[in-house]
Amino acid sequence: MKTDIILAGVGGQGILSIATILGEAALRRNLYLKQAEVHGMSQRGGDVMSCLRLSSDPIASDLIPSGKVDLIISLEPMEALRYVHLLVPEGRVITSTEPFVNIPDYPDIEAVMAELAALPRVVTLPAEAIAREVASPRSSNMALLGASAPYIGLPVDVLEDSIAAVFGAKGEKIVADNLAAFRAGLEYTQSH
Amino acid sequence: MKTKKLLLGDEAFALGAIDAGLSGAYAYPGTPSTEILEYVQSSPLARERKIHSHWSSNEKTAMEEALGMSFCGKRAIVSMKHVGLNVAADPFVNSAMTGANGGLIVVAADDPSMHSSQNEQDSRFYAKFALIPTLEPCDQQEAYDMARYGFELSESMKIPVLLRLVTRLSHSRAVVETETEPMPENSLSYPANPRQWVLMPANSRVRYRQLLADRDNMEALSESSPFNRIVPGTDRRLGIIASGIAYNYVQEAFGGKCPFPLLKISQYPVPRALVDELVGMCDAILVAEEGQPFIEDMLRGLLDRGPKVYGKIDHLIPTDGELTPDSVAAAVATLLPDFDRLRPAAGRRAQNVTSRPPALCQGCGHRDVYAALNAALEGFESPKVFGDIGCYTLGFLSPFNAIDTCVDMGASITMAKGAADAGQHPAVAIIGDSTFTHSGMTGLLDAVNENSPVTVIISDNLTTGMTGGQDSQGTGKLEAICLGLGVDPAHLHTIDSLPKKFDDMKALFTAEMSYDGLSVIIARRECIQTARRHAKAKSK
Repeated sequence: MKTDIILAGVGGQGILSIATILGEAALRRNLYLKQAEVHGMSQRGGDVMSCLRLSSDPIASDLIPSGKVDLIISLEPMEALRYVHLLVPEGRVITSTEPFVNIPDYPDIEAVMAELAALPRVVTLPAEAIAREVASPRSSNMALLGASAPYIGLPVDVLEDSIAAVFGAKGEKIVADNLAAFRAGLEYTQSH
Repeated sequence: MKTKKLLLGDEAFALGAIDAGLSGAYAYPGTPSTEILEYVQSSPLARERKIHSHWSSNEKTAMEEALGMSFCGKRAIVSMKHVGLNVAADPFVNSAMTGANGGLIVVAADDPSMHSSQNEQDSRFYAKFALIPTLEPCDQQEAYDMARYGFELSESMKIPVLLRLVTRLSHSRAVVETETEPMPENSLSYPANPRQWVLMPANSRVRYRQLLADRDNMEALSESSPFNRIVPGTDRRLGIIASGIAYNYVQEAFGGKCPFPLLKISQYPVPRALVDELVGMCDAILVAEEGQPFIEDMLRGLLDRGPKVYGKIDHLIPTDGELTPDSVAAAVATLLPDFDRLRPAAGRRAQNVTSRPPALCQGCGHRDVYAALNAALEGFESPKVFGDIGCYTLGFLSPFNAIDTCVDMGASITMAKGAADAGQHPAVAIIGDSTFTHSGMTGLLDAVNENSPVTVIISDNLTTGMTGGQDSQGTGKLEAICLGLGVDPAHLHTIDSLPKKFDDMKALFTAEMSYDGLSVIIARRECIQTARRHAKAKSK
């Protein structure tokens, strides 16, 4: 098993929580994992990305070579597009459709969505709306993770156990909200 | 017994140090090194053992405090970002002269690609001229293992050891096997040769001869180091030297089966015998290293008449920016056409993408300071604003476009003073609270002593914001510090940096910029990030 993932978004959106869940799941499955992220200045509302590599064999590089990315999981549509040139030819994109507009020259959202739709394998979902409906908009990253679940190479129950473990310290309500958002995202992918 | 943990490179080293009998950790926050001290602060064992983990005022004080602990025979680490080593350079270089008693590891985390820094300096150069051995882990496991190894090396050679990290190791997680039985701490003991710690010329001349002699032993230790080795290969057209994290990129390119003889270097001085062995068996050498061409330059020398060496000096590998698996693979593909399959296969970039630079948070007090400052500056003909290092450096960007310089920690006040000396008026310095106590106070004393016509704005958010909200050493003390340094109380003001105070701030800035002498304005408002965190903690 080997999956190379780029997690993308805007500083503060919560991509590192997704990484934490996948890290926990990797430990539970006794898999190798490398996950590179950037802290500091770039976290202040700028674009952020994390390379996350999962494998049943040892992993050499912390960075994923160009053209070797299997999966882009993005909390923001334009941020998903930023990395599509790094995908393997049959690579997949799972992205939220909700733009995060904090710059004056954000491109035309219709054009962004059209460019995403033209990719060979893409799942677009309104992650925040889905999360709001079943739990809280704060769990939109878990809705996105749920939508990505079939493509990561980890069993759904291991991902759910990891969500429960990572959010466990924050109380039952937070765990339930995040699990509900995760399941709603998973259902969305399976029905679209 | 071993247990598996998922750790950042920074955390792996910190835990390694704790497990190896650490007694004191010292640091000033700086990306990408911050998580080392934070990990010690959050460690239950460190708390139980009362391992020192308070932030220091700057990297120099941190380095000296760690050296003091080493003097007393205990194991200490001091961590900083690469440019922090410039601040700590005086005690760092001289710590080679005093030597170490208890194991002392100095961690410099380099930031190639300047993700969050002002330059790409390579810390290995510092260790070379200071005659200090260097460890450069290739992965998180080595970062963990090198803590214990580094303490032992430091204690056996009686010298501090530099551990060089880079962003992609400091801030990358992997599964690390850790010891379940931590070592005990050292007990208090004093240096065998106390004269060596008093660096007056007569003592230093004796010590320096010893240090130069020890350098040869350090090289021998590099040659037998478990972290340096030649991995055999059958294709002798090329030999590859890969240091630190570059080793992983070479392994990545060849799927773990490099066909060329490969020398892994993770301990310095450069192991000359191993280099000689590799050169002897290969037609040409490719050097892959993160940062500046440190090893490559030594191999080529001034005349470059030895074996053919490829790397960054010939721009085969990009000289600036961080090393990547792509740049290493592309270099091999360019040298040997039969390896063209290694050439990175990036696809077409998307069109509807624009850059998204970082920005000051909504609700950040620095925003209100800049808004009022810009309004006040409109009343002057050619104002200059000397900036500093921190979140407020983002005031350079639109919509504020508010600062003219940003150089190093504390340079706002001293450059504004120099500009005022040159006749610039108004000369404004803007500096954060943590940067002020790091390196602004001494410069302010210069300005006080000459009553320089400089307006200093300390934008106090009660934390070290850019690195994630670490305690700021001047919190609650800034007015007293300024008064103690001799700032005229009539020109020392405190104001809340809130939107509703816009008119008051503007008027205050205008009045003080019109004054022909030194003023200090402390504009205060808690960082929005730490304020949120504090509110959350309170509601629990």
